[in-house]
Amino acid sequence: MNALVPPVDHGLLGESAAPHAVISSRRHRAELALRIVGVAGLVGVVLTVWLGLWVTPPDAYMGNLVRLLYIHPSMAWDAFLAYGVSFAASACYLWPRTRDLRFDRLAGASAEAGVVFTAITLVTGSLWGRPTWGTWWVWDPLLTTTALLFVLYLGYLALRKVPGDPEVRAKRTAVGALVAFIDVPIVYFSVTWWKSLHQAPTISPGKSDVHGLMAWTMLLSFVTFSLVYVWFVAHRYRLAGLQAREEAEGLAYALAERRAEGGAKAVEKNEVLT
Amino acid sequence: MWHDAVLVAGKDLRIEWRSRVGLNQVVPFALVVLLLFGLALGPDAGRLRAAAAGLFWVTVLLACLLSVQRSVAVETADAGRDGLRLSGLDAGGIFVGKSAALALQLLVLEVVLAVVAALLYATPLSGIGLLAATCVLATAGLAAVGTFYGAVAAGTRVRETLLPLLFFPVVAPVVLAATKAWSAALSHQGGGGLGWLGLLAIFSVAYVAIGTVAFGALLEDG
Repeated sequence: MNALVPPVDHGLLGESAAPHAVISSRRHRAELALRIVGVAGLVGVVLTVWLGLWVTPPDAYMGNLVRLLYIHPSMAWDAFLAYGVSFAASACYLWPRTRDLRFDRLAGASAEAGVVFTAITLVTGSLWGRPTWGTWWVWDPLLTTTALLFVLYLGYLALRKVPGDPEVRAKRTAVGALVAFIDVPIVYFSVTWWKSLHQAPTISPGKSDVHGLMAWTMLLSFVTFSLVYVWFVAHRYRLAGLQAREEAEGLAYALAERRAEGGAKAVEKNEVLT
Repeated sequence: MWHDAVLVAGKDLRIEWRSRVGLNQVVPFALVVLLLFGLALGPDAGRLRAAAAGLFWVTVLLACLLSVQRSVAVETADAGRDGLRLSGLDAGGIFVGKSAALALQLLVLEVVLAVVAALLYATPLSGIGLLAATCVLATAGLAAVGTFYGAVAAGTRVRETLLPLLFFPVVAPVVLAATKAWSAALSHQGGGGLGWLGLLAIFSVAYVAIGTVAFGALLEDG
């Protein structure tokens, strides 16, 4: 009876039932590295907040608004980094030689982080724009492109949520992502041109000396939030892998349980009959 | 490939000719939208005239969405998609054919809408050459992207809601460029619209090419 039951692992994190020593030590090292990244990111965030809000001086022209410099540009950088990684992973999935569902998971994980960072970029940019330009929003090329990018990738995530066969879904979303990505330069170019025909560029960075400590804080924020990005994506990627495993093995597991149940009943029945 | 494209386009146009869904539903819907825009902006002729080009193209986009849904529905019903796959037709040809049929229907719709918009928004149609060239190039892009994302969303159960979310952000540059070209033509500054025509041409060529190459991968999976 037991011969019919497929091998199922009961590990909490879906670890293999009989882990190979090499794989196990590699996984262990990867987890350690990830933990270090996480701790470094956390320390970096605390440092950035402390330096950004208390230690650095207010700007001569922009006053306390300058403190947005320690979060807004690094968030925008994270967003573009995330979309770049997502694009590269999608391309790798579509390339027959490197076709692997792991690339699909990476593309999804990175895009998800990208959408979060884009939202923060838009919100912090808007907070800066209100006192500086006197309005929450201007139809600036960079802003408009970022907003469209946000919507494009919301669509991409919605497409990823559609249930279906993992291979089919991966191919569909990868093709969709590539086609959407080509749109980004076209959008940027068209909006730039649209604005240049009507009025002078609206964003002109305030001419102010960047204090030494301010520059260092800004640099720290870039490093910190890049680490945070890596940590987010690595965890989301691992979770996606577990979800895929659960999808694939969950049914087999349920079937095995049911069979075992049926087998036990049959045995009981036999015992009663004899 | 071209032979297959003509076959598929002929099939879609024949279905439309017999069912007249586009003529009896999409065209009236677009007219209602034009009317609603008029109501929303008020009866001030100057304001309507200034916005006419933009309103026209947003209306075209909304109608285009319905036409794409229809174009997908034709294949989804009675497992037409499987039929297409089994027919041995070239995937690129199927893409070009479906896009062309969609574009042709949209062009007819645009002619009707342009006349009605000119009347409703008190905007005489000047610079007909530029208007027509804009329509042709913009429609090619809309039809290509629409057909492509129609196929992306086709196999899913949330097709109706997913398609506009995928489709509209991608064609944002088309709406922008077509509106600018039309505004230029309507305000007798045709020269200002030529650059936008170039942008529309680049967009359309890029998406027709990508769609032709990538459509096979989408069709395989269904």
